[in-house]
Amino acid sequence: MLAYTFKRLLAGVVTVWFIATATFIAMHSVPGDPLMNDKAVTAEIRANLEKKYGLDKSGPEQYLIFMSNMLRGDFGISFTQQNRKVNDIIRDHFPVSATLGLLAVFFAAIGGIVWGALTAIYRNRLPDIIIMFLVILGISVPSFVFAALGQLSLVKINQLLGSSVIPVAGWGTFGHMLVPSLVLGLGTMALLTRLMRSSMLEVVNEDYIKTAKAKGLSPIRIFFKHQLRNAILPVLTVLGPQIAAITTGGFVVELVFAIPGLGRYFVQAVQQLDYTVIMGTTVFYGAFLVFMVILVDIIYGFVDPRVRLQ
Amino acid sequence: MRRLFFPFLTVLCLIAPLSDGFAQISASSADFDTQTITLALTQEPPQLNSMKATDQVSALILGHVMEGLLSYDRRGKIIPGVAEKWEIDSTGATFWLRKDARWSDGKPVTADDFLFAWQTALKPETASEYSFILYSIGNAEDINKGKKPTESLAVTVVDDHTLTVEFETPIGYFDKLVAFTTFFPARRDFFKARGDSYGADAKDLLFNGPFRMTDWVHSASLKMVKNEHYWDRDNIHLNAINADYITEDSRARLNLYIDGKIVHTRLDGETYKDALTQRQRIRSFTTGSVFYLEYNFREDRITTNRNLRKAIQHVFDPEEFVNKVLATPGNLPGRSLFPVWLGGVEDKFRREYKAAEPKIDLALARDYLEKAKVELGVEKIPPLVLLVGNSPTSAKQAEYLQGVFKEKLDIDVKIDIQTFKQRLAKMTSGDFDMVAAGWGPDFDDIMTFGDLFASWNLNNRGRYNNPDYDRLVRIGMTSADPKTRMDAMGELQRILTEDAVIIPQYEQGVIYLMHPKVKGVVRRVVGADPDFRRARIVK
Repeated sequence: MLAYTFKRLLAGVVTVWFIATATFIAMHSVPGDPLMNDKAVTAEIRANLEKKYGLDKSGPEQYLIFMSNMLRGDFGISFTQQNRKVNDIIRDHFPVSATLGLLAVFFAAIGGIVWGALTAIYRNRLPDIIIMFLVILGISVPSFVFAALGQLSLVKINQLLGSSVIPVAGWGTFGHMLVPSLVLGLGTMALLTRLMRSSMLEVVNEDYIKTAKAKGLSPIRIFFKHQLRNAILPVLTVLGPQIAAITTGGFVVELVFAIPGLGRYFVQAVQQLDYTVIMGTTVFYGAFLVFMVILVDIIYGFVDPRVRLQ
Repeated sequence: MRRLFFPFLTVLCLIAPLSDGFAQISASSADFDTQTITLALTQEPPQLNSMKATDQVSALILGHVMEGLLSYDRRGKIIPGVAEKWEIDSTGATFWLRKDARWSDGKPVTADDFLFAWQTALKPETASEYSFILYSIGNAEDINKGKKPTESLAVTVVDDHTLTVEFETPIGYFDKLVAFTTFFPARRDFFKARGDSYGADAKDLLFNGPFRMTDWVHSASLKMVKNEHYWDRDNIHLNAINADYITEDSRARLNLYIDGKIVHTRLDGETYKDALTQRQRIRSFTTGSVFYLEYNFREDRITTNRNLRKAIQHVFDPEEFVNKVLATPGNLPGRSLFPVWLGGVEDKFRREYKAAEPKIDLALARDYLEKAKVELGVEKIPPLVLLVGNSPTSAKQAEYLQGVFKEKLDIDVKIDIQTFKQRLAKMTSGDFDMVAAGWGPDFDDIMTFGDLFASWNLNNRGRYNNPDYDRLVRIGMTSADPKTRMDAMGELQRILTEDAVIIPQYEQGVIYLMHPKVKGVVRRVVGADPDFRRARIVK
C-alpha cells in the first residue's frame, strides 16, 4: 500500500512537470505580445519592461529560471497586476473558488443521489421521464445560461418581495453562495443523476436484493441498507475529479455573480497573455487535479475492501 | 451517506473562514443619511501606483484619492489643485503649492513629493509605460533612456511650496499635462518604506485627494472614505464610496442596478434593450474617443494608393454606420480625427475649423477606383485585409464594411479577427491593409490627437509619413500662441481628409444609468470618469 502510494505520487510529480513544460511551450508559442498595450511604448521603455520580467533572456533560459523558481514555490509577479505576487493571487482567491466549488459538489452529490434513486424506483414512469428530461437539459445547457437565468430570477424575486432578500451578486455571506453554487453544480448534478440511475438499476437485480426481499425486509430498509449503499460506489469514483473540475471551472459563474474567485484569473490571464499568472494557475490547478485523482484511488482501497491495490 | 457528509462539511467549515473578509454590502446604493454610494467596477484596478498606471479603472480610483498640481472643474476647465497659483511661459513653469494641502497621514504635501514622483516615473527600472508624457520636462527623455542620471531632471524645489520646471522644448499645453495621473505626487519616505509593494494594497498607499482608500479586497471590493486632511474637505459631500462589486459582465451590473445595489452602470447594445423594457431613465455621454479605419502605408501595400483610399472615402457613410450598425444612442458620426469636444482658440475647435464632409457619391468613388486600378496596373483590386478585435460588435462592424466594399466598389474584404494582444502585435508589425482602430485622449488638448500620425509616433501603426503633417504637428506642440497652433491643426485636419489618411467612423458615446438621487456627478473625457468627487445624495 505504501509503495503503491509512493509510486502514484511520483507519477503525479512527473505529470505536473509535464503540465508545466507543455503550458510553458504553448504559452510562448501563442502569437501576440504580453507586454503590448493600447498605447505604443518606445524601444527603451520596452527594454526596461522586458528586463523587469526577464523576457530579455532566451526561451530555454526563461524556462530554467521558471522551473527553479517553481521548485522554490515562487511563481513571480503578475504582468497585469504589477504589484501582486502570483502566490498571493492563488492564496487570496483559491479559497473562494474552493468554497463555492465544494458547496456546488455538495448540492450536486445530494441532488444526484436523490434524483438518481428516484428515477430508478420509478423507472419508465412519469417521475423518471420528467427527471431524465431535466437531466438532459442540465447536461446540455451551458452554465452561463443558467447563471444569467439564476441572477435574473433573483432580481425578479427581490422585486416581488420589495426588498433584496437574496443578494443578486457579490461575496461574503451564505446568501451570496447559494444560487451561484447551485448553478455551478447543476451540470455535475445531472451527470451524477444519470450515473446513480444506471448503478441503481444494476443493483436491483442482484441476488442479495432478492435474498433481502425473501427474508421479508421492509422495502424502505432494502432501499437504504442494501440498494443505495451498493449503488453509490461508482458515484464516489467520479466525485474526486468532479471536485477538482468544479472548483476550477467556475469562471462564468464567478463573472456573473461578481465572485472574487481564482477562475476569473485563470481565464483572464490567458486572454491578457499574463505569463506568470498563466503558469501559476495552470500548474496549481494541474497539481490539484492530479492530487484529487490519486486521493480517490487511495481512498477507494479503504472504502471498498474488494479493491486490492498493488 | 453520513460518512461522506461529515468530511465534506468539515472541509467546508475549514475553508469558509479563509475566504472571509469579503463581507460587505451596504443597505442602499445611495444612502442620504450617511452620504454613501455603492458602485460596481468593471475590473480590478491593475495598478494604483500613479507613476505606472495606464488604464481607466485605475485612473478612476486614483482620480478620487489623489490630486495633481492642477485639476479639472466640472466643465473641464483647468483649476487649481495642490498648486494654488502657477505661471507658464515658453521656457518653463512655476507652481506655488497651497500650504494646507495634506497627505492622508496629516503631513503636508510638498514640492519634493512631485519631484520625487516624476523622477521615479522616469527611472528606467520603474519601466513606466506612460513615462513619455513627462518628456516635455528638461532632460526627462534622456533620463528615461538611461543616458542621464535622474537628478538631472530640470525641476527645482525652491522651497517646500514652490516648484519650478524648465522645458526641454517650448510646449503650449503643460498645464493640461500636469493634471494627468503620471504627474500625481508620491512621498519619498513612504515610497521607500514600502519598496516593491507600493500600491499593492490600501495600506501600501498614501493619499492626497478628496478621498482615501481604506479597504481593498482584491477582485472583490474597494472602499474609499472622505479624506479628513483634504484641503477642500468642506466642499466634499460624500462620506464614502464603496465599490462592492467587481465584474466585467454588463448584464450582472444591470441586474445589480435594478436590484438597487449600485448607483451607476454603463449599458451596451444588449443591456440597453433590457433597460428600456425596465423603463429606466437612460442617459448618454460622449467618451471623447474617436474610432476610425487606419490604412497601412508600408511600401508593399496597395492601400498606399491615394485614389483607392479616396474611393473608399466616398462610399463610407458614417451617418449610416452610426444609425444602422452601432444602433445605440450617444454615438456621433465620425467626421474628423478631432472630436467635437476639443477646445480651439476661443470656442470649440470643430466649430472654428469645420471638418470637410466627403460626399457619399458612387460615381465619384468609381472614378477614383478606375484611376487606382490604372495606377496599380490591376484589372481588379486584390482582396483587402481588415484587422479587427474579437468582440461581437467588432465582427458586426467588419461585416458591414465587407458588405459596403463589395456592393459599392466590388472589392473583397478579408476579415482578420484577433484577440486584443494579437491584434496589437499585427498592427505593430504591419500585418494588415486596414485596421479598425480608435484613440482616447490623455489630456485636454488637441495635441493628444494631433500628433497621432506624425512619422515618429509609435502609435502611427500604419506608418503614415508626410513631412507637411510632421511640420504642422511641431507647430502644434511647441507654439505658445493659440491661434497659430489651431491654424496648424486646422490645416492638419484638412490634410487628413484630403489625403484620406483615415476614415473616421464615429465618436464613441456611452449610455448609462445613474441613480436619480445622486447629484453632481461629472462625466469626463479625460481623468476620472465618472467623477464622484463633488457628488452628493439628495433626499
